Amino acid sequence: MTDTPPPVVIEPPSRPTRTAAPRKRRLVKYLLRAVAVGYVAVLVAMPLVVVVWRTIDQGASTFWDAISAPDAVHAYQVTAEVAGLAVLINTVFGVGVALLLARYRFPGRSLLNVLIDVPISISPIIVGLALVLVFGWTTGWFGSELQNAGIEVIFSTPGMVLATAFVCLPLVVREVLPVLEEEGIEQDQAARSLGANALQRLVRITLPTIKWALAYGVVLSIARALGEFGAVRVVSGDVTGQTQTLTLVVDQRAEQFEPGAYQLSMVLIAVSAICIVVISLIRPRGER
Amino acid sequence: MGIAAHGISKRFGDFVALDDVDLDVESGQLTALLGPSGGGKSTLLRIIGGLENPDEGTVHIDDVEATGVPAQRRNVGFVFQHYAAFKHLSVYRNVAFGLEIRHRPKAEIRQRVHELLELVHLDQFADRLPSQLSGGQRQRMALARALAVEPKVLLLDEPFGALDTKVRKELRDWLRRLHDEVHVTTVFVTHDQEEALEVSDEIVVINNGRIEQTGTPNDLYDHPANDFVMSFLGPVTQLGERLVRPHDIEVLGAETAGAVPGEVVRLVRIGFEVRAELRAGDSDPWVQLTRGQADALDLQPGRAVWLRPAHDASTLAAS
Amino acid sequence: MTSESVPTPVGTRSARATSSDRARLGAWSGTGLGVAVLWLSLLVLLPLAAVIAKGTGDGWSGFWDAVNNHAALTAIRLTVLSALAVAAINAVLGTLIAWVLVRDDFWGKRVVEAVIDIPFALPTIVAGLVLLTLYGQQSSIGVHWYATNQGVLVALLFVTLPFVVRTVQPVLLALDREAEEAAASLGAEPLTTFRRIILPALAPAIASGTALAFGRAMGEYGSVLLISGGLPRTSVASQYVFTQIENDEYVSAAAVSTVLLLISVVVLAVLGEVQRRAARRG
Repeated sequence: MTDTPPPVVIEPPSRPTRTAAPRKRRLVKYLLRAVAVGYVAVLVAMPLVVVVWRTIDQGASTFWDAISAPDAVHAYQVTAEVAGLAVLINTVFGVGVALLLARYRFPGRSLLNVLIDVPISISPIIVGLALVLVFGWTTGWFGSELQNAGIEVIFSTPGMVLATAFVCLPLVVREVLPVLEEEGIEQDQAARSLGANALQRLVRITLPTIKWALAYGVVLSIARALGEFGAVRVVSGDVTGQTQTLTLVVDQRAEQFEPGAYQLSMVLIAVSAICIVVISLIRPRGER
Repeated sequence: MGIAAHGISKRFGDFVALDDVDLDVESGQLTALLGPSGGGKSTLLRIIGGLENPDEGTVHIDDVEATGVPAQRRNVGFVFQHYAAFKHLSVYRNVAFGLEIRHRPKAEIRQRVHELLELVHLDQFADRLPSQLSGGQRQRMALARALAVEPKVLLLDEPFGALDTKVRKELRDWLRRLHDEVHVTTVFVTHDQEEALEVSDEIVVINNGRIEQTGTPNDLYDHPANDFVMSFLGPVTQLGERLVRPHDIEVLGAETAGAVPGEVVRLVRIGFEVRAELRAGDSDPWVQLTRGQADALDLQPGRAVWLRPAHDASTLAAS
Repeated sequence: MTSESVPTPVGTRSARATSSDRARLGAWSGTGLGVAVLWLSLLVLLPLAAVIAKGTGDGWSGFWDAVNNHAALTAIRLTVLSALAVAAINAVLGTLIAWVLVRDDFWGKRVVEAVIDIPFALPTIVAGLVLLTLYGQQSSIGVHWYATNQGVLVALLFVTLPFVVRTVQPVLLALDREAEEAAASLGAEPLTTFRRIILPALAPAIASGTALAFGRAMGEYGSVLLISGGLPRTSVASQYVFTQIENDEYVSAAAVSTVLLLISVVVLAVLGEVQRRAARRG
């Protein structure tokens, strides 16, 4: 470098010391680890352990009585029906919308994309209220039409399915869409050039590509559907032995100080645990 | 001595990356660490830079002990193969980083950064983000960034490995000219022998965690210590029991003392070079000739010729 | 040295679909889109519109009366403040936990990973029961937070735990470690490197995770229901709305819901902008 002013001497930022740094680094590491593990343990693990302990403490016969009580048994049926239908509808809808968003262009595409995410941030109570204000016989926009046709949405299974489907809406789409976008359309075009029609392409090329993401989304939806509480409480009317899901029975037991809340929660916890195990097995494959 | 690393050993689990390695680099010298992938050269570079700690051995930089001193206090500039750009900062802020964390006054930073950006011909990109630059431009930015804090030593880890061939050659020339201007003790790691031969003052050949040979490019090319160094630095072929460079084999039309008989098997012409593959006794040597030489001898497949190493060529016994 | 133009990428073109790859709608896909739009409208758009319409249907005075009473305001205030607090706590602790999970290794780390997913998969009412057991009147550890703000806060922290952790983790995993080494070689101590290099790279993920946590906390119902005890001063907005629905006070319920929706939209828009700005530099 010619014609430049004399170089400014830049000193290293601090005096070199040799062994102090590593010891401090290790201390910081242990401290962070302790805070992280401690927070998670106290916040989540501890309360769960206490509940499991209480349930076991109350004994096997209480357990059996609780899970075989007639309104509980009816709740299993209602829950299975509602969750099953909601997850099924949501899966079909999810794959369809994901395909539309990934492969086609149309006006309002970005709006559709944004709308999918809306359910995540809405309070379940507001969801329930919203459905009542549209489908309720006395309170809803379509109220009189539905009443005349004899179709009961609110206080009945269809409304509960709608409420559950609402809260699960984004789950399948958001898992499947990135995989579809990443895959691109070349495989589909290759299959088309080899003579495959749309259904064949869907079954032989597209579904296998998205199968792990789809499985992940479906399990998330099942866990979410089984656990739905607030929206279903508003829409179902919470009628014992008729329109109660398992979560509503747990709530009733807890609020009325009747026995059985823990035991029925165990059933839900067991199902959630299975979902978590399945999720953690699938996740690495989904992210590969 | 710019860099003095002695007795360096480093193990990763069961894998021995470096085994009792010594390296001396004179102040202001440009040295290449050359060798195949996995040979230990990057590990040695990172130990010198303080990004790894050796299991044994000492490192001195400018005659001051640096062993155990963390990287941020060694005042060593490091340039990475994949640029390691600060993606959220502009080119200007990238180059200014080292000065900003030393809290230099803004005017001084501005002057120095622009000086360096002009040096690397990136001045008009000062406000761009690294993602808006090409690979070669990003690497020039990385160099300017490393030089900004006037390091005592500059270390480059396969700096041109991620670039296209043409860009690589351009930056290679440019690094050499930069070094001639700036005179920082520089060590760079490469597996490309042409790069090492073209750019450096001295080459250190490292293989399997050990130093095979140290010397100037000419030394290593003309007088290799063993067959590994010989075959790594340039083309090698075997004539009888000796290893010799293909362009060091004399091809003669008539029987001559010291020459062995052979037969031309195949001729390949590449531009003005001719490559002749031959059969001579138990070996299959190939010879590099100019077109003129090949025409003068009237070489054809099947032609009988006599071969001997040129009288000043160095040869090694084949192992 | 001549300046170089930005080179075309070396190697094969990525298979990733771009807007130019997308096709025009055909008969099947067009019908599919129609069905999807119909379903979304029936399920999402219409119902939400109905809430806003009901809430504002009685004009400004009706809306104001519904919102401007002690119980409603207390519930809204408690909800917003708790949600903000929980969002802030999660932004810090969530990042810390993600850091430990990615950069540290210790026996039992996989257990911690699984435990973090529990609030995602647990029904909210079960979470509520679980928290009531530990922090309610029959607490085994002597902590009595029934019908207190702390109880509400703990419940919200429970259900929002995974959000920031899970959005930050993949970004941390993908970080360019060499950039941190480069910062060290330029003289940055670890804390400086964290502040100037790592944190800016994590900012978009932290912002989006915090937005998710905030949204969830604003609307949470099942987990808070039991521990808040149903008293007006510790009821969150969703509980207030539920009570209004039970009493057939639909206008009141819809008005307060509209307020909640509005607050959520504003905060999420702000956080979305933060995320967009931070992401643009990457």
